[in-house]
Amino acid sequence: MDFNLTEERQMLQDTLRRFLSERYTTTERNAIIDSDTGLSTEIWGELAELGVIGALFTEDQGGFGGAGFDISTVFEELGRAGVVEPFLDTAILGGGLIAALGNDAQQGFVEDVIGGSLHLALAHGEPASRYDLSRVETTAKADGDDIVIEGRKAVVINAEAAGYLIVSAREGGGPFSLDGISLFLVPAEASGLTMQGYPMMSGGRAAEVTLDNVRVSASARLGAEGAGFQALTDVVARANVALAAEAMGAMESATELTREYLMTRKQFGRPIGTFQALAHRFSDLLIELEQARSAVTNAAGHLDSDDRDRQIAAARNLIARTGRLVAEEAIQMHGGIAMTQEYELAHIAKRIVMTDHRFGDADYHLERFIGLSAA
Amino acid sequence: MDLSYTQEELAFRDEVRTFLEEKLPKDMSDKIRRGEHIGKEGHELWHSILNEKGWLSYGWPKEFGGAEWNAVQRHIFEDECAAAYAPRIVPFGLSMLAPVLQKFGSKAQQDHYLPRILDGTNWWCQGYSEPGAGSDLASLKTRAVRDGDHYVVNGQKTWTTLGQYADWIFCLVRTDPDAKQQEGISFLLIDMNTPGIDVRPIILLDGTPEVNEVFFDNVRVPVENLVGEENKGWTYAKYLLTHERTGIAGVGFSRAGLDAVKRVARQESANGRPLIENPHFAARLAQVEIDLMAMSTTNLRIISQATAGQAPGVESSMLKVKGTIIRQEINDLARRAVGPYAMPFASEAVEGDNDPIGPDYAGPVAAQYFNNRKLSIFGGSNEIQRGIIAKVKMGG
Ligand SMILES: Cc1cc2nc3c(=O)[nH]c(=O)nc-3n(C[C@H](O)[C@H](O)[C@H](O)COP(=O)(O)OP(=O)(O)OC[C@H]3O[C@@H](n4cnc5c(N)ncnc54)[C@H](O)[C@@H]3O)c2cc1C
Repeated sequence: MDFNLTEERQMLQDTLRRFLSERYTTTERNAIIDSDTGLSTEIWGELAELGVIGALFTEDQGGFGGAGFDISTVFEELGRAGVVEPFLDTAILGGGLIAALGNDAQQGFVEDVIGGSLHLALAHGEPASRYDLSRVETTAKADGDDIVIEGRKAVVINAEAAGYLIVSAREGGGPFSLDGISLFLVPAEASGLTMQGYPMMSGGRAAEVTLDNVRVSASARLGAEGAGFQALTDVVARANVALAAEAMGAMESATELTREYLMTRKQFGRPIGTFQALAHRFSDLLIELEQARSAVTNAAGHLDSDDRDRQIAAARNLIARTGRLVAEEAIQMHGGIAMTQEYELAHIAKRIVMTDHRFGDADYHLERFIGLSAA
Repeated sequence: MDLSYTQEELAFRDEVRTFLEEKLPKDMSDKIRRGEHIGKEGHELWHSILNEKGWLSYGWPKEFGGAEWNAVQRHIFEDECAAAYAPRIVPFGLSMLAPVLQKFGSKAQQDHYLPRILDGTNWWCQGYSEPGAGSDLASLKTRAVRDGDHYVVNGQKTWTTLGQYADWIFCLVRTDPDAKQQEGISFLLIDMNTPGIDVRPIILLDGTPEVNEVFFDNVRVPVENLVGEENKGWTYAKYLLTHERTGIAGVGFSRAGLDAVKRVARQESANGRPLIENPHFAARLAQVEIDLMAMSTTNLRIISQATAGQAPGVESSMLKVKGTIIRQEINDLARRAVGPYAMPFASEAVEGDNDPIGPDYAGPVAAQYFNNRKLSIFGGSNEIQRGIIAKVKMGG
């Protein structure tokens, strides 16, 4: 048994941590959040150069990692620094789907993603689908050599920056069936595709996407007709490892900020950390943080195992519960200062809590865990 | 024991309901229901509607033109207002400053300031907290030095809620730096237009410019703006804290919030069924409702004791802690209920001049969840309240 990172991953972690602590300061990040695009192309390029994106892909795919622990190493660091750039969307989801399903021509995009020159977005969720991955009502119909797509996609993160959207649409089956879902690479400027863009609560941008008579060639299909669901499930599993690790990294920062504050903030003539009412609760946060760390380790370590989905449901449920505790307690123990937008913890707490709303909250993953455990 | 309201109380409730149906502007309650802000004008309008009826001063004694309602009436009114999505009454002048002036102010101060609170001439804000003096308020440093018939004030206040709207601020200032902490503090009324005052906004984590820093640089305040005696300010500020606070549990807000979550959960679906039928979500909802039912009765028990002349003591602290936990839990449920549509940052939607993203009920829920973390921090944090309860019950 060995719980240490490999030498390569340790190096990646060190490099990333150093880079982010120097370059991704609170001021810098808050300026990025306030900017029109909600992301920094400069930071994106530099991180791509450091190999952050390459680490998320296997050697076959043109990267140098791609395993569960590569994902967790990268996203823990992104979480610690509260990074708002869409690595999840462009690399794990978008790049992941193309790498898994793309034909030779389409695989070229993976190289662009790894190099940092191409952004992608997954346009899958719909206004009524909530966290249900199979609920797709957008349709795709053949018209000669073309495919015509009709539908609406909700909260498509990184849509505005993306060169291509990976759009899920039904070519068969009812609204909930697992079969019949196809995936298409749709250029962002395709005619009939419109976006209503907006910033998000915890940074970054998303858009409501309307596909009105959007026409693409049949060669834009990723993988086989109607067979997209399995690949979607696989990239979402990877995304869940990333999200769990990211929230865990953010929890590390929240507890560290709280530790520093409890030791320096004085009220009634003494550091507030000397009040046992706070000291014990701070200890609880550390205890829960170790639980979270292990849950991420379980999920990352089982990414390629038969027990994958149950382990991931467990991790996301545990992270949702402990994350909320850490975020709320960290704010409470800081007092008013943590309520201010410019204070680091405010952003970190938002990152943690808002993780709930991507691919399922505590209840969703609890239900999945129960279902998978019974099976 | 009888758990129901008396005939008179029921009649009073109906009177309040009718009033709200007739006089609460629909666009205003719609905004509150959607979690939007109504701005300074909105608050002033609602105050003036209440004032016209004589109900703005519902907590004030008759001798100052108040309605002098008892605790049950106040509770009924606050409950009905919350249920009707009426705006919150801005408390700084009406229920924080006014009781102090009525008890400790001079006749001249009462005659001058009280009518201006009611008719909306003055908007007050509360200048207690400082960067270094939060829970430990008595360690405040803002200094007021006597110079002829003025005090010269230097220092900084912070967290000043809606200070950007205010033209007056009531402040705790240090007038005797050598006395024991609590004994060198005075209560001063300061015109925000006096030279030397600088108000800077603090943006809260949900993006709202709700609080401010207020800086004082050689601000000259006439001595007649001192309330009561010099160096007795702490006593006056404490008086406010022991002053009956029927609304502290926020039962009405919780009930309205819970109803809103239920409405949303009927419209949202999970796995093709209404969310409200999802066993996990339903269990969370039920647990909060069970807690709220009990707390609502605790609240009424304490209110009826107060009406019978017994002043609530630690009960206020208990209600504050439980009340805020319940409200925050409801905010958390509201956030969960809307699923991915909690993610859009709806600052524009909150201001009400843009198309909503997703269902219109989704816009403000995440912001409210984060904003209401304040409930357990301000007004004496929940840790401070627990300290008070323990101290009273175990001596020491
Ligand atoms: C949104 C908002 C609006 C506000 N509006 C106003 C206003 O209009 N006017 C005004 O004057 N003030 C206002 N306040 C200030 C508010 O009253 C203070 O935030 C509050 O008193 C706590 O002080 P603090 O933030 O400095 O935290 P601190 O006092 O530094 O407390 C930090 C943490 O330590 C805990 N703690 C402190 N002492 C003890 C102890 N002895 N035992 C155990 N735990 C302890 C606290 O509970 C908290 O968890 C507002 C605050 C907020 C957040």
